[in-house]
Amino acid sequence: MNTTVATTGTEGKAWGGGNLPLKSSYGKMMMWFFIVSDALTFSGFLAAYGFSRFKFIDSWPIADEVFTHVPFFHGNYPMIYVAFMTFILIMSSVTMVLAVDAGHHMNQKKVTWYMFLTVIGGVIFVGSQAWEWNTFIKGEYGAVQTNGGNILQFGEYVDVEGEQKFKRVAIADFAKVAHGDRVQHENKNGIWYESEGSLPEYSVDEVYNGLATNSNILIRNQIINEDGEKTVLSREESLKQLKADGKLVVHGANLKVNEYGSPLFADFFFFITGFHGFHVFSGVIINIIIFFNVIIGTYERRKNYEMVEKVGLYWHFVDLVWVFVFTFFYLV
Amino acid sequence: MAHEHKLAIFQGLIKFKSNITKIWGVLIFLTIITAIEVGLGIYKAELPQFFMDSFLGMKALNWIFIILTIVKAYYITWDFMHMRDETKALRRMVVWTAVFLICYLVFILLQEGGYIESVYTNGFIKKDF
Repeated sequence: MNTTVATTGTEGKAWGGGNLPLKSSYGKMMMWFFIVSDALTFSGFLAAYGFSRFKFIDSWPIADEVFTHVPFFHGNYPMIYVAFMTFILIMSSVTMVLAVDAGHHMNQKKVTWYMFLTVIGGVIFVGSQAWEWNTFIKGEYGAVQTNGGNILQFGEYVDVEGEQKFKRVAIADFAKVAHGDRVQHENKNGIWYESEGSLPEYSVDEVYNGLATNSNILIRNQIINEDGEKTVLSREESLKQLKADGKLVVHGANLKVNEYGSPLFADFFFFITGFHGFHVFSGVIINIIIFFNVIIGTYERRKNYEMVEKVGLYWHFVDLVWVFVFTFFYLV
Repeated sequence: MAHEHKLAIFQGLIKFKSNITKIWGVLIFLTIITAIEVGLGIYKAELPQFFMDSFLGMKALNWIFIILTIVKAYYITWDFMHMRDETKALRRMVVWTAVFLICYLVFILLQEGGYIESVYTNGFIKKDF
């Protein structure tokens, strides 16, 4: 046999081949490289968000006033629900590491359980995000958009423990409804390629009449003052600005309008949390596949659980991205 | 396949007996940091003036949030993704590539965003109509 194998005289030398300088398998290394490129994608999105935010630094929506809802509870609880979501995702990261660790010990039963818990955590997170989207799209109080694309919100000063606090008032609570002066434009009545979507619930005139009759209601615009709060206009200014600039009543948020402030805020919210949510969703799918592979004993027969480790890397990465999304959307 | 884990965190300040206790230890640490962040976020208005002072173009509080986030990211990568156990070369390849490119991108975009803001504010452009 010796005659058929060429000896090159390079065995054991640095350039002789067969070295593993990174001491890592092909699959794991490729997962790391994918993660680096995906991290750059996400930082591109977040940096673009930062760009738009610096562009409108004096009028950007305040996240604490936007995301204040918790399912099944009424009232104002900023941050609580996202904090819960963050904790769920970190927790499912933990069960994932525990699955990887159990895999190192070739403990099929434990891997199965931990993978199961990881999938459950992921599903709860995606569900929470769907709920968060739904609340954001529906909106709460409604607002008026001006010709310049700015948002005018409504509210009144109320006495909270001896302090005057500005509280939002929903448009539905004060607008004076006039009957039947606005007809939806349909393409059969005019130019065939032009039609409009559903009409806003109220017209600007109705809101103006409501504002004129309720002397306690004031307008708050987008400009952030020195105290870090949005500016509240005086009664005369409120009436004047709504009359002169009011264009459209908006309720909730979508890609075109946003009752909480700059439409860009909504655009980036949908795009970035959507892209992240899609990552979580595909992570859940991959985790389910691995879960069934573990159950049918694929890795037991392969005699190693490295696949669990590779999927684990992806899953932790999703958690890692969320940590940053959480900071830049909800905290900063 | 031998799997050796480095079991010390905080530069060897805390040493864990097994990989599993280390995972739980890191979870507790990450939870504490998240709780601090959420607490600061909720009681933003009642914080002393120091947090609201501008520091390097941003509120001091925002810098605290960003630093805490990077600390969290470090422990997720190092302990959950086992970066601590990888070779130096792999670690540097992944971490420094990302860190360098991200810093570059963020710097350029934020710089330009600030410039456009200054044009809006000082450039005779009417925004409120």
